[in-house]
Amino acid sequence: MKAILALSDGTIFEGEHFGASGETSGEVVFNTSMTGYQEVLTDPSYKSQIVTMTYPLIGNYGCNDIDIESAKPQVEGFVVREYSSRHSNWRSSGSLDDYFKKHGVIGIQDIDTRALTRRLRVHGVMNGVLSTEDLLPESLVAKARAWPGLVGADLAGQVTCSGSYSWSDPGTALGEQPEAIPEPRFRVIAMDFGVKYNILRQLTRHGCEVQVVSAHTSADDILAANPDGIFLSNGPGDPEPVDYAVETIRQLVGKKPMFGICLGHQLLGLAFGGKSFKLKFGHRGANQPVKRLDTGQVEITSQNHGFCVDIESLPKSVEVTHINLNDQTLEGIRHTEYPIFSVQYHPEASPGPHDASYLFEKFTDLMKGA
Amino acid sequence: MPKRTDINRILIIGSGPIIIGQACEFDYSGTQACKALKEEGYEVVLVNSNPATIMTDPEVADRTYVEPITPEVVAQIIAVERPHALLPTLGGQTGLNVSVALAQSGVLDQHGVELIGAKLDAIQKAEDRELFKKAMQEIGLSVPTSGIAHSLEDANALISMIGFPAIIRPAFTLGGTGGGIAYNIEEFEKMVGAGLALSPINEVLVEESVIGWKEFELEVMRDGADNVVIICSIENVDPMGVHTGDSITVAPSQTLTDKEYQYMRDSAIKIIREIGVDTGGSNIQFAVHPANGRQVVIEMNPRVSRSSALASKATGFPIAKIAAKLAVGYTLDEIPNDITRQTPASFEPTIDYVVVKIPRWAFEKFRGTDETLTIQMKSVGEAMSIGGTFKEALQKGLRSLETGWHGLDNHELEELPLSELDQKFTVPNVERIFYIKQALRQRMSVEQIHGYTKIDPFFLYNIKEIVDFEAELEEKLGHWTPNEPITESTRKLVYKAKQFGFSDRQLASISDASESDIRRWRKAAGVEVTFKTVDTCAAEFEAETPYYYSTYSSEDEVRPTSKRKIMILGGGPNRIGQGIEFDYCCVHAAMALKEDGFETIMVNSNPETVSTDYDTSDRLYFEPLTHEDVLNIVDREQPEGVIVQFGGQTPLNLALGLQEAGVPIIGTSPDDIARSEDRKLFKEVLDQSGLAQPPNGIATSIEEAAPIAESLGYPVIVRPSYVLGGRAMQIVYNEELLMGYMRSAVAASPEHPILIDKYLEDAIEVDVDAISDGNITVIGGIMEHIEEAGIHSGDSDCVLPPYTLAEDQIDQLKEYTYALAKTLNLCGLMNVQYAIRNDQIFVLEVNPRASRTIPFVSKAIGVPLAKLAARVMAGRTLRELGFTAEIEPEYFSVKAPVFPFNRFPGADSRLGPEMKSTGEVMGIDMNLSQAFAKAQDACGDKLPLEGTAFISVRNKDKRAILFIAKKLWDMGFKLIATHGTAKVLRRNGMDVTLVHSIGKGRPTIYDYIKNHAVALIINTPTGDSHHSNERLIRKMAIEHDIPLFSTIAGASGAVNGIDALRRGEISVSPLQSYYEEHEM
Repeated sequence: MKAILALSDGTIFEGEHFGASGETSGEVVFNTSMTGYQEVLTDPSYKSQIVTMTYPLIGNYGCNDIDIESAKPQVEGFVVREYSSRHSNWRSSGSLDDYFKKHGVIGIQDIDTRALTRRLRVHGVMNGVLSTEDLLPESLVAKARAWPGLVGADLAGQVTCSGSYSWSDPGTALGEQPEAIPEPRFRVIAMDFGVKYNILRQLTRHGCEVQVVSAHTSADDILAANPDGIFLSNGPGDPEPVDYAVETIRQLVGKKPMFGICLGHQLLGLAFGGKSFKLKFGHRGANQPVKRLDTGQVEITSQNHGFCVDIESLPKSVEVTHINLNDQTLEGIRHTEYPIFSVQYHPEASPGPHDASYLFEKFTDLMKGA
Repeated sequence: MPKRTDINRILIIGSGPIIIGQACEFDYSGTQACKALKEEGYEVVLVNSNPATIMTDPEVADRTYVEPITPEVVAQIIAVERPHALLPTLGGQTGLNVSVALAQSGVLDQHGVELIGAKLDAIQKAEDRELFKKAMQEIGLSVPTSGIAHSLEDANALISMIGFPAIIRPAFTLGGTGGGIAYNIEEFEKMVGAGLALSPINEVLVEESVIGWKEFELEVMRDGADNVVIICSIENVDPMGVHTGDSITVAPSQTLTDKEYQYMRDSAIKIIREIGVDTGGSNIQFAVHPANGRQVVIEMNPRVSRSSALASKATGFPIAKIAAKLAVGYTLDEIPNDITRQTPASFEPTIDYVVVKIPRWAFEKFRGTDETLTIQMKSVGEAMSIGGTFKEALQKGLRSLETGWHGLDNHELEELPLSELDQKFTVPNVERIFYIKQALRQRMSVEQIHGYTKIDPFFLYNIKEIVDFEAELEEKLGHWTPNEPITESTRKLVYKAKQFGFSDRQLASISDASESDIRRWRKAAGVEVTFKTVDTCAAEFEAETPYYYSTYSSEDEVRPTSKRKIMILGGGPNRIGQGIEFDYCCVHAAMALKEDGFETIMVNSNPETVSTDYDTSDRLYFEPLTHEDVLNIVDREQPEGVIVQFGGQTPLNLALGLQEAGVPIIGTSPDDIARSEDRKLFKEVLDQSGLAQPPNGIATSIEEAAPIAESLGYPVIVRPSYVLGGRAMQIVYNEELLMGYMRSAVAASPEHPILIDKYLEDAIEVDVDAISDGNITVIGGIMEHIEEAGIHSGDSDCVLPPYTLAEDQIDQLKEYTYALAKTLNLCGLMNVQYAIRNDQIFVLEVNPRASRTIPFVSKAIGVPLAKLAARVMAGRTLRELGFTAEIEPEYFSVKAPVFPFNRFPGADSRLGPEMKSTGEVMGIDMNLSQAFAKAQDACGDKLPLEGTAFISVRNKDKRAILFIAKKLWDMGFKLIATHGTAKVLRRNGMDVTLVHSIGKGRPTIYDYIKNHAVALIINTPTGDSHHSNERLIRKMAIEHDIPLFSTIAGASGAVNGIDALRRGEISVSPLQSYYEEHEM
């Protein structure tokens, strides 16, 4: 069946559909990871986005019940060069096509994904509509233009959990010797702005007893639970409209050790008085070089963000700890007085390299010291 | 960290001659390293015995030693040059082994030379299997169960624990030489015995078999600040059990989930840190159990490798260049990524296409050997292809091989019933993928094929998609002709076919159309190829470097410029007879024309080469060298000239077709080139120039052959027309052998006639390379062969300048060459082969194109002939370029071939008109005997200074052998000889121990060889190629590494060389110093 992806600038990509049929709109972004499509699909940070993978063959190793970052796929649509209709991997429990059908995700294949990526690189990310129903280009372009976009939208508020829950699954690690999981020693409250499971698994693996709470939870409620540390999760979209969480974080600063990732880092930056801005086409992939300024070492990191905190906007009490070597943007900060730090990238990886997993230890060290 | 200033002079060791497992990839890496270090202001001293390399061009390093790569010679160079550091990781296993030897013997310490990149202990930890295994276990990684044996007893104890099948790997051998898989105790004992003998430290590893597991490689880089990045992952289509050099491989990995990939990545990082490779690239191999994902570490190369060259070309990340910069202290984040210029090298390339590498073998030259693919590498070259999908890349790769396939087509293959196909699967072989196709066509299931081959179903499904789609094409286009109107459904079908990688040739053979019909139709229907950029980053950043591949998609990224452009067609995958020498010429053409202000466009499919380095030419197209693919690029770029005479036979075969399609070929015209290839036209050329050729005839059927041979008189040389490297060429001594040849070796027909030449026995063969601008012709070099005519020139030792020819003969050769150049309207290079017999000169062959000897001659005379030729083709004159007179050096350059017989047990190692060598070395010295000795040393046949010499010669050589034997005798060699020879030598006053001829008593020469009691063998064959004793002697000499000379001329050179060596050490001088002398 035919499917069409229309961009707000009028570009039309025609392809073949796979997965569910229907129509969807979102911001069209590209991800350069060569592995890990299932992790990408289920990452809540992709809420309201239509994702194209730059690697051309997708679906090769199927899908399984383990490599998920949330209960269901979160992307609005998925754009690939070639969907591998037959998959092969010992961990697989089904095809991507079936997975999409089950969860209502629309896929389109046979697209010149490099041409699409180049367009997004040159002109910046733009809104788009993916449809198997309406195949009229003009109509689709009009819809893409009409879609409000995600700047100014509180997407975190949409994906955060409705009620608090505890997490104790360390996940399954590969390898011969099973990892020793320490007894929980730290009680951590994780503010959920669209948290990835692997962050929670990592925290558990590092000896944390995690209580996940909604983004709307107040500072008082969090402090009332007297946690050893507070974690600020990743999440989708623009940090500015999540002003209620910024306010909560502001109230929490200085009270407990804090660790933020991605949107959590941006919200922390705003709470410190910084400003955020939208990147032209974002950082989405598993090969982003980040320099750790204290040691000078380079970490290859997994990233997924379209907004960024402006280094210049940060107050003196905040020290820049990490920068992106590709474009010199901010990748990590710490507070000079309080045990608070955050990174723009994803130390929990999944997908991507594990170079930065030391940050979880850093968090537990801070809690130990507090 | 900034670069180091405490070191200034750096020694780089190359990898020497091209051999199986070590080809031009090390010229690529070494050249990059030399350039990178010079760019940083270091003084670079280089050792490499291979003259056909770009790295040994006099301007690449500051001082270039074209000397044997042995610990002794390199020690001498170190003593002269006093380098501060030695970079051991760029010259393949050869460079690494010599570096280790120099470190262990204390030479490096003695002269204060620091090993940079990898220290001795790191190299040893990676290379010594036991240390490696221990290291892996210490960091918690899994390795196959294994043990080390230094004797058969050790091995037998191990096998009872490990069980069959088991893998035997000798330590410190190149490309796994001597390794194998044993399924029973008999095989096991045989392999252990051979492995112990081959290993320089008499050590073999006996290992749990992981045959059939999935195989992966990671290319890893580390800098001095302990930053580690993975450049590329590679997945082998052929699972464990087939050497990665013999496997079809794909980049990036296709069937690993991110969780598995990251586990492997973590392991690789742990490994490079544990082993302690300070800086630079390493290659790490893993096996993954297909059913439970267990990952085991197989091995690590603590140096750049064939795979790192592949990874560099696959991603655009120049591993060797960066490795060199890291070795002098830079960190990855301080080095810019050349391709994007904006971002640093401290990242991991991500690619948005699929890369497939397919090996190319040469078993047809080594009949009688076991053609099964095993853990010992046997391929001689490889093609790489880039496509939008695996299917497209696979088909492009298959047609890049130039082995007659146009993709996954219906190649001439024995049609087997389903019940017999499984045999072709369980034993890995060269044509396995085509048998898989056959099985799929016969509806064998993917699961079944997977069961037999263990090839991952992902790849099999993709192959099945090609096969199924081909069936659909056959059904829909079977009777289609392009004269029918273009319909949307046909257009879609053809577009999809192109996306699946089908060539126009394949479509032509499926339908009722010719290739040009299909092309015309395609263009009219708008089914056009698009070109995309290889940019290391999947389009995330703008690419500054125009490195392209074709695919069928919606957007073309090529923006042709309005500059004057010249396109150079490369040589494709390496094969015997066409390799690095031609790539060298292509690279020179690109350099020269770039200097002259042209935009140069390179087209090639060989990932090992310097020509496919993205900064060799202005624009690089990594594409198959076929009519269709080249024409696509020409259409896009519209060059003002295309050079076809540098890439060997590959571009020449395309020349006429391209010319017909209107492509402007520059240099000698394709018609003139064809004149020299066509026997009849060639005769006219010779007649016009008043030259003679050996008496000859042409047979178009079996019946015609015998009377022709009879009239010429035996022996005769027989060969098919249009071949390279003397393919299927043979000397036959009688009618029986002739008939055997006609029946088995070739099919003679009017289209494919068999050429029969009188074989000029005892003639001297001479090679002449010349250059002409159409006006004047200048001789580049005259090379006198040491072996007599009849041995392929690529397999012969030769000397420049000639050492026995008289002045008038040389003058005559020049005159003949000028005349041929004139008759052929030569513009560019030409190689002529002459035979001189009884003062008469015969022309054997003329090739109006770059020859295999161009790099050698250029190095020998200090003039870059290929560069001059490229300029001449672009319109310059030799007068303008200042090359109007021949250079006759005062010193001698000897070229000697290197053979792969040790890889092909069972194959006849006899030399003849069919070329069998894989590479060559050069020995250069003021003294001829020294130059000869150096050449022998450089190809690994070190001449003995004392010991026992075995001599057995045919009757006609008995007179000539006297002087040689006497000289050996005078130098204190003990002589042993067979009956007839012994008698002659004794009569002439030499003490000779009699060795029995085979079957006529003991001891025989075999006993001596087995007892290591013979140091040198001189054995001239009696002529009959089926003489099994001589074959056996040659075979054993190869196995036991004993120098063997089978011609009087060769033996004479060897004895003079021994004499020279005995009288003093070889002296070493940089190439640059020879040129200075001759400039004065």
